[in-house]
Amino acid sequence: MTESNLLPSGKPRIESLEMRGITKRFPGVLASDHVDFDVKSGEVHALLGENGAGKSTLMKILYGLYHPDEGQILLNGKPVTISSPNDSINLGISMIHQHFMLVPTLTVAENVALGLPSSRGALTDLDRVSNRILELAKIYGLKIDPDVYVWQLSVGQQQRVEIIKALYRGAALLILDEPTAVLTPQEVDELFVIMRQMTRDGHALIFISHKLHEVVEISNRITVLRDGRKIGTRPTSETTKQDLANWMVGREVGFATDRGKTDLGEVRLQLDGVQCGSDRGTPGLRGVSLEVRSGEILGIAGVSGNGQRELAETITGLRKITGGRVRLEGQNVTNFPPGELTARMLSYIPEERMRDGVIREFTVAENMILREHHKQPYSHNGLLNLRGIASHADTLIKEFRVKTPSRDTLAKNLSGGNIQKVVLAREISREPRVILAAQPTRGLDIGATEYVRGQLLEQRRKGAAIVLISEDLDEILALSDKIAVLYEGQVMDIVPRENATPQMLGLLMAGVHPEEGAVAVK
Amino acid sequence: MISELFTTTVLIGILASGIRLATPYLYAAIGEAFGQKSGVLNLGVEGQMLLGCFAAFYVALTTGNLWLGLLAAMIVGALMGLAMAFVTVNLHAQQGISGIGFYLFGLGMSDLLFQKLLGTVETVKGFPKIYFPGLSDIPGIGEIFFSQNILVYGAYLLVPLAWFVLNKTTLGLKIRAVGENPDAADSLGVSVARVRYFTIVLGGTLSGIAGASLSIALLNVFQQNMTSGLGFIAVALVYFGAWKPVGVLAGALLFSMVNSLQLWIQVLGIPVPSDIAVMMPYILTILVLVATVSRVRAPSALTKPFERED
Repeated sequence: MTESNLLPSGKPRIESLEMRGITKRFPGVLASDHVDFDVKSGEVHALLGENGAGKSTLMKILYGLYHPDEGQILLNGKPVTISSPNDSINLGISMIHQHFMLVPTLTVAENVALGLPSSRGALTDLDRVSNRILELAKIYGLKIDPDVYVWQLSVGQQQRVEIIKALYRGAALLILDEPTAVLTPQEVDELFVIMRQMTRDGHALIFISHKLHEVVEISNRITVLRDGRKIGTRPTSETTKQDLANWMVGREVGFATDRGKTDLGEVRLQLDGVQCGSDRGTPGLRGVSLEVRSGEILGIAGVSGNGQRELAETITGLRKITGGRVRLEGQNVTNFPPGELTARMLSYIPEERMRDGVIREFTVAENMILREHHKQPYSHNGLLNLRGIASHADTLIKEFRVKTPSRDTLAKNLSGGNIQKVVLAREISREPRVILAAQPTRGLDIGATEYVRGQLLEQRRKGAAIVLISEDLDEILALSDKIAVLYEGQVMDIVPRENATPQMLGLLMAGVHPEEGAVAVK
Repeated sequence: MISELFTTTVLIGILASGIRLATPYLYAAIGEAFGQKSGVLNLGVEGQMLLGCFAAFYVALTTGNLWLGLLAAMIVGALMGLAMAFVTVNLHAQQGISGIGFYLFGLGMSDLLFQKLLGTVETVKGFPKIYFPGLSDIPGIGEIFFSQNILVYGAYLLVPLAWFVLNKTTLGLKIRAVGENPDAADSLGVSVARVRYFTIVLGGTLSGIAGASLSIALLNVFQQNMTSGLGFIAVALVYFGAWKPVGVLAGALLFSMVNSLQLWIQVLGIPVPSDIAVMMPYILTILVLVATVSRVRAPSALTKPFERED
């Protein structure tokens, strides 16, 4: 560490930032209850908590998006008032939002220059901006081309643009709000390299996450929040994942999922050489054959974009099959419309729960009857039976522990975990024969993940046949009875859970047969 | 009879009036392009033009000063834009519907003012042709390009100017960002509301000039509903031109040339039913829009009101 109190970007460091007794009330909720939090130059302080624990509220207060009802913020020991993002940026505080704040149709340099005064007055000075970006990129070891359009960049690269944008604005303290949620494991590693470099250079970083292993890997200290209150702050070296998980959830959390034994029944879903196109017009699936039995979970592993989406859409009737055959309980249902498959008790937990799982502008109760709305007791002779719908919703809200102010709350106002519970409640409560679950726990916190997985195992015990598509190998290994690996629209291999290891699946996912060591023929 | 179209005199006539007739399209569509680039669809262009048309004519007629007439049209257009901005930016109104409202307002109001203040169709002496020594005397070329009035030249100058502002200035960067991802712009301290107010008021002002170009530079009269859909074609031209000033220019020229052709067909008495001749630009609008649909993506935030989350 250098003795200078300047950062490599030439801006002053923030030696310490302290939030004292921060309290924020929303109608009906105490989102932040006298929370103390501090971060120092040269460290990563992780803020850990479940969805709705108050992490975002606290950080939005620090960034000037919310105003606290009580409490104060001290910067280098002096009280400061932050009433807008402009104030925080001027103080050297920047935030990398979970949803990137980039304009895809503009270049990297244009995105960085946006909103800043130009050295050429009313005219843009993009050359100058580009040079400065390259300078910063060199100092911090970020690879970036200022002249490409943002839409051409991968998610990981876009995140780098966000970091450059913050550094360009002189950020000394960076709030990273769930920065790894959208990244591949390799991109996470790259981000951590950048973060370590930044702390070595004297930046202060706040890392928000609910992924324990990442928090443990990257942070120096950890603060856990739950229900708007601070549970505690500890040096990372003095904690274990198990402690943290218990703190977050407020009870003992089981990491190992006990799958138990089930009796396999008849074949419920069978795919025979299924072929289909993709959205890009290239082949999506190239002859996929699978079968799932009652009481069985078939895990579909694979790197994103190898046919998972197409597989889910062909099974649910959303995509036309160009070759092969699909059988549901022995009957040929190839290219049957989704409604017909629904009637045959196929349930679908879609990957994009906000887009495909719920209608955002509908209430919880309405979302819960989307599949069965035309049936008794939800409607009769084409008229909705509001009482039936309401009592159904109340039952499911209770049974599936959906946290919602009421059954009449719009789906868009729920957290991700609770939206998934609404979807799950709708799809599972009808006692389906076959369930297709695509990325069912992506983006969910520990509590919700545990719950969703438990529900899937419960359905398996009850005899449903389940196809689980997931890019999370831990999840595949924890839940599946057998595992199929998709690679470029083909099934590389199907292995029983007992014989599967992460290494072997990893090779298959890369298109390599472990025993042969040869790359699969295209 | 068709062969009459292909004499040099007639061809020069068609081209010259084509160049001239593109003027109102250009002002209105460039103004509309600014609005759309920032995410606001203004369907009230036609209404703004009509009021601008009347204001310019009335002021020019009563004061005898064309420049005062032009200024009046700009002020009226800007005020209409201001009202549109308030309704769409502050009140988050649905843009398509509020735009139609402003169109109907402009249509009715210009008619009412015409009835109350004028009553009969009168004429003014509009902006004169500008004579460029030498250039204007070149046979053909001179008539086509160098014997137009000031508002025509202004319209063509507007094209590179608009391109420059959109692509080379910080203001243009803000406009493009606000139309694509207002949240991002907002998070960087760019005021989405201010940018949209600016583009909508600018659009209104330019629509006012477009109206004035009809009543005190091209036709030099005022009649009820004299824009007859021109403002709506201007909106279509923005799509046709893929939100680029040069594209808008190409579209404006295409339409004005077709319009000029159909006028000459009527003048020459070529036996094409006049209804069909008059329909030509409108049919072309539909055909062109069908052909160009989905060719280029519209600004992502187009028609979406901006509201900060939480």
